[in-house]
Amino acid sequence: MTDFLQLLLSGVATGAIYAMAALGFTLLWQAAGTINFAQGEFVMLPAFAMLIGLSFGLPLWAAFLVAVVLSVAVLGAVFKRWIVDPMRGSGVVAVVVATLGLSIGLKSVVKAGYSAEPHPFPSVFGEEVFKLAGVTVSYADVGALLFAGLMVLGLQTFLNKTVTGRAMQAVAQNTFSAEALGINVKRMIFYTFAINAILVAVTALLITPTYLAKFDMGDNIGLKAFFAAIIGGFNNSRGALLGGVIVGVLENLAGAYLTPAYKDGVALLLFLVVILLKPDGLLGTPQERKV
Amino acid sequence: MKTTIARAVALSLAAVAGASFAQNIKIAQIVELSGPGTAAGTMYRNGANLAIKEINAAGGIMGRRIESVEMDTQTQPAIAKAMTVKAVDDKVTAIFGPVFSGSILVSQAESQKAGIPNFTGGEATTVTAQGNPFIFRSSLSQSSAIPKVAAYMANDLKVKSVAVVFGNNDFGKGGRDAIIKELGARNVKIAADISTDPGQVDMSSAVLRTKQANADAAFVYVNEEESARLLKEFRKQGYDKPLIGETTLLGAKVLELAGSAANGARGHVGLTADAPAFKDFLPKFEKEFKAKPDHNGIKGYFSAYVLKAAIEKAKSTDGKAVAAALRNSCFKAKDHPGILLDVCFDDKGDLDRESFLVEVKDGKQVVTQTLPMLGKR
Repeated sequence: MTDFLQLLLSGVATGAIYAMAALGFTLLWQAAGTINFAQGEFVMLPAFAMLIGLSFGLPLWAAFLVAVVLSVAVLGAVFKRWIVDPMRGSGVVAVVVATLGLSIGLKSVVKAGYSAEPHPFPSVFGEEVFKLAGVTVSYADVGALLFAGLMVLGLQTFLNKTVTGRAMQAVAQNTFSAEALGINVKRMIFYTFAINAILVAVTALLITPTYLAKFDMGDNIGLKAFFAAIIGGFNNSRGALLGGVIVGVLENLAGAYLTPAYKDGVALLLFLVVILLKPDGLLGTPQERKV
Repeated sequence: MKTTIARAVALSLAAVAGASFAQNIKIAQIVELSGPGTAAGTMYRNGANLAIKEINAAGGIMGRRIESVEMDTQTQPAIAKAMTVKAVDDKVTAIFGPVFSGSILVSQAESQKAGIPNFTGGEATTVTAQGNPFIFRSSLSQSSAIPKVAAYMANDLKVKSVAVVFGNNDFGKGGRDAIIKELGARNVKIAADISTDPGQVDMSSAVLRTKQANADAAFVYVNEEESARLLKEFRKQGYDKPLIGETTLLGAKVLELAGSAANGARGHVGLTADAPAFKDFLPKFEKEFKAKPDHNGIKGYFSAYVLKAAIEKAKSTDGKAVAAALRNSCFKAKDHPGILLDVCFDDKGDLDRESFLVEVKDGKQVVTQTLPMLGKR
């Protein structure tokens, strides 16, 4: 039982991190019809931004704040303005191909500039552990869970309880009606990209101590987050959270009770099952094709 | 007239360039500069480059400079093989790498066909079991190193049961097979046999299964990046039994990546920059690359210097002559300081030299015992 709880806690903590990246997937899809296949690299870039900040002697929190600002500017504004906006009207496939290319390009640039070697990354919550009811709990897991939980809750509150949040939801549901109601659609879409940029920076802060800072560290997180978003429902933000946690927990359980060798296959298997049985995801709703 | 002068100048330049090209000793470094083996391949390349720089600065080998070409295997055996074919086409004198056993197992057929000496960092026993007279190790093989670890666990630590965590590649599987055999011969029970994937990032389930096995100790045999992740996860889950490993668990890069989570890990290393024999090499490497060398850095450095020793002994850069100069031969560090430790090669290309028992304290390897060469020739 203790082992099961240990796995559950660790899985939920990892899943919560997947969920944040997955949430970014769903937000961009809802607001701008964009599937960002460079989402993993969007997590990798703030990690290296923080490393650069640390190398200049900044404390981790300050490096993180700098990374968030850079992330919003580059992965939010520049990405939207230079890549997504020109592609609008060219269909989803064009954006998918563009972001796939962006993914490869970003990895190559980081590899060329920062070598292909992994780099150590400090944990914001330290490396200490404590015992709770026989379960060894690390501050890193508790911190990741709290941080991710607060981010998701804060985002949900923002989207549901504020005028701007509701305006963003209105844009996500129907761009034309939102525009007719006087909502500044362009600004709302930018806010979505900015939120995604903050989410990936936080994800980088939480996951890089485990993944290690490396040019291809986004491959795994990007894939898992995509699976999580599909499993939970691509058009539902809460679905991304559910999908992330399910993927994190199940792969942990499979690794311990089946074999670690099949651990990574669990998300893929689950992805296939959900696609076959519930194509819109566990919490997703059927979408009508816009003409 | 102008055309004639131009032709004459061009011909002269070509002749000069050709002459200088002919004088250079060309080597290919076919190493892991991307993919899961990046840490190992980059270190090996850096070590070799430092040695090449020193050799060239000191006048080269028999007055000829070493010219090095780097090729990235991307940690993929098929690419390593293709790169070796390219190096053969380029008519290199020697090939350094790959470092990963899975790659050298595939690529060495090409260097063997061409009769080019091929130095490798691969440690799997099978690397030198192909009957290839041109393959040479730069480190102890698993068949030399693993018995030393097993003896350390059974005799010094007196463990009765061990959980084995290994990487699912040629290196990891070779080490796993060897340690199970050696521990079995010493009546140590294998409480768990846990596989991990190359490049695996989340090690929580592997560590939990190790804990569930409740063995006296865990033996970890995975590559560098995965070692660092495992050490962090062992710390995260509060694992309190001895963590024993070989060179890849205790290397400098692993200690850098794992931080304080590496403290307490111990085992056997074939090479460590913290041993007294490397006191001159260590600061040179650190000055050049702003990083501490691990065993792969020493392997690369050693490869270049042992090539130099062999060419000087053979008085030729012919592949067959160089290989013959290495086989069944010993080289002493006092005659060839760059090789760092006395070394002997056998007829298969395996080497023998001193090795070390170490423990990680405060993020550093501390040598607790120096083990002698296995045999004297």
